[in-house]
Amino acid sequence: MVLLALAVGCVAALALDVMVGPSSMSPWRILEGLVRPSVLSPSETAIIWQIRLPYALMAIMVGAALSLAGAEMQTVLNNPLASPFTLGVSAAAAFGASLSIVLGLGLPFVSNDTLTTINAFVFAFGSVLALQALARAQRGGVQSIVLFGIALVFAFNALTALVQYVSSQEALQQLVFWTMGSLSRSTWRSVAFMAVVIILTTPFSVLAARALTALRLGEDRAMSFGVNVGRLRFLSLLRVSLLSATAVAFVGVVGFVGLVAPHIARLLVGEDHRVFLPASILSGALLMSLASAASKTLVPGALLPVGIVTAVIGVPVFLLLIFRNGAKG
Amino acid sequence: MSLSVQNLTVGYRDRTVINGLSLAPIAAGQVVSLVGPNGAGKSTLLRAIAGLTPARGDVRLGDLNLGAMSISERARHVAYMPQTLPQDVALTVLETVIAALEASPVAGSHAHSADQAMQALVKVGAAELASRRLDRLSGGQRQIAGLAQAMVRRPKVLLLDEPTSALDLRHQLDVLTLARTYARENDAVVIMVLHDLQSAARASDHIVVLSDGAVKIEGAPQQAITPEVLADVWQVQARVENCGRGLIQVMVDAVL
Ligand SMILES: Nc1ncnc2c1ncn2[C@@H]1O[C@H](COP(=O)(O)OP(=O)(O)OP(=O)(O)O)[C@@H](O)[C@H]1O
Ligand SMILES: [Mg+2]
Repeated sequence: MVLLALAVGCVAALALDVMVGPSSMSPWRILEGLVRPSVLSPSETAIIWQIRLPYALMAIMVGAALSLAGAEMQTVLNNPLASPFTLGVSAAAAFGASLSIVLGLGLPFVSNDTLTTINAFVFAFGSVLALQALARAQRGGVQSIVLFGIALVFAFNALTALVQYVSSQEALQQLVFWTMGSLSRSTWRSVAFMAVVIILTTPFSVLAARALTALRLGEDRAMSFGVNVGRLRFLSLLRVSLLSATAVAFVGVVGFVGLVAPHIARLLVGEDHRVFLPASILSGALLMSLASAASKTLVPGALLPVGIVTAVIGVPVFLLLIFRNGAKG
Repeated sequence: MSLSVQNLTVGYRDRTVINGLSLAPIAAGQVVSLVGPNGAGKSTLLRAIAGLTPARGDVRLGDLNLGAMSISERARHVAYMPQTLPQDVALTVLETVIAALEASPVAGSHAHSADQAMQALVKVGAAELASRRLDRLSGGQRQIAGLAQAMVRRPKVLLLDEPTSALDLRHQLDVLTLARTYARENDAVVIMVLHDLQSAARASDHIVVLSDGAVKIEGAPQQAITPEVLADVWQVQARVENCGRGLIQVMVDAVL
């Protein structure tokens, strides 16, 4: 039931996200244009097909990817504060991007933008692999993995600040935009790429759902129920690194969604991961989609960085749920 | 079919806790109590038998070599209930028991797991807790839910680490009786860690006294719990009175 409601909410938010924007097209015109493309002028077609749709779809998918990653992280690291943002994946991506933006490193046949994305991905992926390596070296010491992640946040933030300090005015502009998170670089290609990653990883998450639920009862119990906790954690963090690295590589630093959406899902449906993981995905997609629509309308005529808006929307929703839940229990 | 533990060596990192421990074979249907001071290695021994802590040595159930099995294979024969209680888990009691059942394959399919889980809850007398959230239960209620999680897989070896530590008088007696019924009905071996020696004597066929990672003495309750053993292992001066029907009364006069 809740899942259905969330799914409907996502579709509605997606529609809303496509409808609103800085150009003065009425929602009716857009609806008409989607059904009968021939009535639109070329520039209107371009707005819908090259800007509105890819942005909106990207918002949905980034929200989904980050919150699935956050949900799995919170379970396998047994920490409610775990998320791609809080454990340094986003910070690593931002540093990777800043290196390529500021140093202007280039490869033949590769556009600078693509290179920035690739670099962000490499750093983000690398940071989770580092967490991963620590998880394997340190049997059972989940707490120290979390601390290591937090150390990564500070280290990469400091490094990014250092790069900013030495960068030119123009590069700084680009960089700030990147570190605040933005959907404006979404293209059909990046949308397709993100979709492929989600489609490849989600089935494995679903297959692991029962084992993840058991892990909530503690490592010893899960093992005694026959769960190979080491392997579960390794594979889960592998999925997390793919999902979050891809997401932040395309849209930059988007905090909060990956942390809050799983909590919203938990408050709504509990922690049976067969329901909890889908609910996290849908909550994240919904939150991100609303944030994207809001980023276009909060300040008329301006496009706010979506990373700022996720916090603006996420915090009240989160507080509302916590207080409502506290009153009930 | 009996459980045999031979020459077991278990440790953490650089320190060995249990060195070459062997137990007398434990026949199916028997209940064994494991007693000893804090830090003696009781939990370590149970965890090693369950395969949660790597160990050298031989753990066999009949002709099955448990030590050579993978985690999921071993979980079909052995269940371990940890000493600690889970916290902050947003699952209902029934969901946790179902999760225990479905976390890895057991005999039978998942089709009836809700029924099986409910039966396990009825067995431990916690049917009315089924739809309560685990994180909103009392400590004792959570412990009883944990018992249902361990029993629902119907293991041939049931290892309970201090299963009565959070329970009131009546529930302690119920759980001890349940352990005995479980062993008999399922032709299973039950090993419990207990701190209360009188309960241990009442509940079990056989007592193992562990001290500093080694077996001090093992045998029938009257043989294992004696003033000499109490003085040697727990450093108390005590009298042990035999009350018949396997019951004993321990009276502590002084600490040594
Ligand atoms: N994870 C661990 N890492 C290192 N040493 C450990 C670990 N767990 C237990 N130990 C040590 O192993 C020894 C035996 O511990 P164990 O938990 O088996 O004792 P116990 O007999 O169950 O005690 P209690 O009655 O307090 O539960 C203790 O000295 C303890 O300090
Ligand atoms: Mg113990």
